[in-house]
Amino acid sequence: MSSSTSQATDDSTGQSALQTTENRHSEGGSHILNTWNADENSFQESFFQIAARGVHKKYHKGANEIPVLQGVDIEIREGEFLAIVGQSGCGKSTLLHLMGTLDRPDAGEIYLADNRIDNLPASARDRLRNETFGLIFQFYHLLPELNALGNVLLPLMIRHGFFGYLRNRRDFRKRAKALLDKVRLSHRLRHKPRELSGGEMQRTAIARALINQPRVLLADEPTGNLDRVAGQEIIEILRNLNASENLTIVMVTHDEKIAQQADRTVRLVEGRIE
Amino acid sequence: MYKLILCWRYLQTRYIALASVISVTLGVATLIVVNSVMSGFTHEMQHRIHGILSDLVFDGHGLEGFSDSRWHMDRIRKIAGDDIEAMTPTVHVPAMLNYRVGQRWVHRQVNFIGIDAKTYAQVSDCSNYLQHPENRMEPSFQLREGGYDLHDRELGDESPYRHGMEMAGWPHRRRLATEEKAWLAAQKKNRPKLTIPERVGRSDPFSGIDTPLRAAESEAGVEQRWGPLSKSQVFDKATQQETGVIIGYALAQVLGHEGDHYFLVLPGDDVKLTFPTAGTPPKAVSGSFTVVDFYQSKMSEYDSAFVFAPIKKLQEMRGMIDPTTGIANVNSIQIKLREGADLEAVRDKLRAAFPPEIYAISTWRDKQGPLLAAVQMETAILNILLFLIIAVAGFGILAIFFMIVVEKTKDIGILKSLGASGAGVMAIFLSYGLLLGSVGSGAGLILGLLFVRHIDSVRKGVEWLSGQPVFDPSIYYFQQIPTLVDPRMIVWVIAGAMAIAVIASVLPALRAARLHPVEALRYE
Repeated sequence: MSSSTSQATDDSTGQSALQTTENRHSEGGSHILNTWNADENSFQESFFQIAARGVHKKYHKGANEIPVLQGVDIEIREGEFLAIVGQSGCGKSTLLHLMGTLDRPDAGEIYLADNRIDNLPASARDRLRNETFGLIFQFYHLLPELNALGNVLLPLMIRHGFFGYLRNRRDFRKRAKALLDKVRLSHRLRHKPRELSGGEMQRTAIARALINQPRVLLADEPTGNLDRVAGQEIIEILRNLNASENLTIVMVTHDEKIAQQADRTVRLVEGRIE
Repeated sequence: MYKLILCWRYLQTRYIALASVISVTLGVATLIVVNSVMSGFTHEMQHRIHGILSDLVFDGHGLEGFSDSRWHMDRIRKIAGDDIEAMTPTVHVPAMLNYRVGQRWVHRQVNFIGIDAKTYAQVSDCSNYLQHPENRMEPSFQLREGGYDLHDRELGDESPYRHGMEMAGWPHRRRLATEEKAWLAAQKKNRPKLTIPERVGRSDPFSGIDTPLRAAESEAGVEQRWGPLSKSQVFDKATQQETGVIIGYALAQVLGHEGDHYFLVLPGDDVKLTFPTAGTPPKAVSGSFTVVDFYQSKMSEYDSAFVFAPIKKLQEMRGMIDPTTGIANVNSIQIKLREGADLEAVRDKLRAAFPPEIYAISTWRDKQGPLLAAVQMETAILNILLFLIIAVAGFGILAIFFMIVVEKTKDIGILKSLGASGAGVMAIFLSYGLLLGSVGSGAGLILGLLFVRHIDSVRKGVEWLSGQPVFDPSIYYFQQIPTLVDPRMIVWVIAGAMAIAVIASVLPALRAARLHPVEALRYE
């Protein structure tokens, strides 16, 4: 019910958004990024924060081509908590990866605010992943060599380089500790991932995703590997973040009950938004 | 920052990487040890050769030599000018050293060298190798009262004791004279009918063959000097010495059971030398000499062949002095150049001035050319072989790194999903390679230097374990394994090892950098 209403809204606004972006198509990717970086207000003016237009993606397995996404159109507003549901193999994770610049679509475009991001050079995409998107995964993906604090600090280390990090390390550690405190892990700072429970690892991953103050949080089955209680705890955290900090969240899940807790749910069936 | 932290963590947690660290360590240590020993060997050998040979040797071909060394030296000084620091004429002849041990005579083939003790010490370091402290200060052919070294001067009191050296010198000679007198008296008492020549002949077969010696000498004064009587009859051994000779240490010394040194001949003993005269055909002459000191350069080739005597005496006995002019022939002129002079340039100047069919002019390096070149080639080949060892270690690093990259595929995906660039990921593995190289070569450096420092203990350990002598001083010129650590060599070895470690990590690092983040994250 909620999905159909939002779809209608998206359609009406989508047209104008498309118009503005097409005007900028001819410009180079990095230039667009610069414009977008320089002009922070452009986010406020646009109707969506992240959008996919006619996105196609195939995977190759040997000689076979497996079409995963077959023309996906989707727009996510700023401050929205969107759930993408679908059966496994329907391409929802792939869509999330494309939005998070982890992969490039075969056809179609991905926009962040008014700027196309799927054709940006690798270095700009790396920066986007580091500064604009926060990613969390079903299997947490923490580095086993680092403790919880080290894992949370990792995006800061990547962002600031050796001396930049060393200069600000006190502030950074304070920030990381505050975030871990926020996800109720202040007692686990020095623990390695193997010493943490699934829920704790996912909370660490959320703290890591938030350390660079991203605009969008992309969550790939964040509860998929957790029991109901731990999963619910994660969803609570996400909801709180969405409510208190107006953080845009895109969550992929196959669990309808979890999806229902998002602001809006879209369904991905056979590579298309239903 | 994350690159450093991660490669440090990888070093701490991936024990398999220790295998490559160890291989680098062993390679570096081996290279350092081998190079230090080889350059120590070369350096010590050059030092010792140079101690005997002067910078330049000006040789006349043949045993007869060339006449008027003073004229030659003046001419040399005119040509080479300021580059000359000192010169001395010498006479070299092959000879037979004969001495009596108990009732038997021992004969040794030697290189008999006539030198002028004062000027010879200016052109070479040979006086440093003498066994009497005063002779080292000022070499002399006069027998000393005593005080010869009882142990090796360089090795100190722990080196083998030299039995008999405490008596060496005049005390030994006086004791010999007393014993000889007592023996003669006993012989006379028991067999009074024997004539004196017969009595002496039993103890000294050389007393009867002094004729060629007389023939070789100028006719004047032979009869007065030698007379009809045998020399030993008018010669008081207890107070007089024959012409002094300095003989090579190895010519006299033998090893005892305990490794101590015993001597067949001591300073104070008389020896006989037989050598050719200068005329054609050469005839053998023999002369009696008193050993006044030993010469020990620790180059066994020299220590077992060299016998030094005063040049005048040798020229006289060989008939090298022109009876009319009184000018003596010499075989060669030893030249010492001033510090920093170009050996080769001076040699070439002299070669241009003196006809090569009469004179051979060579530097000390030329003289030992084949030996030095052989050692140099050996060092070069060993270096190539040993660097191959490190290259093998490099392939080990390559294989292990590929393994680690595969194992860390998911982590690489995570780093990329957090915004790490391909170059950043590559840098992790390159710095990991550099770190392995540094740790490996650092450990190798310490191990190598420790090994070099305690190489003799190691040698003893190996000898004890294997029961076989590893380093035989009689074969390898030196009493101890010589080592010389050259800082430049160390820098090269370590730079080479690190370069190999980094180069070996380039391929795995490239692979890691090119991993697709999504595929890497999915990797199980």
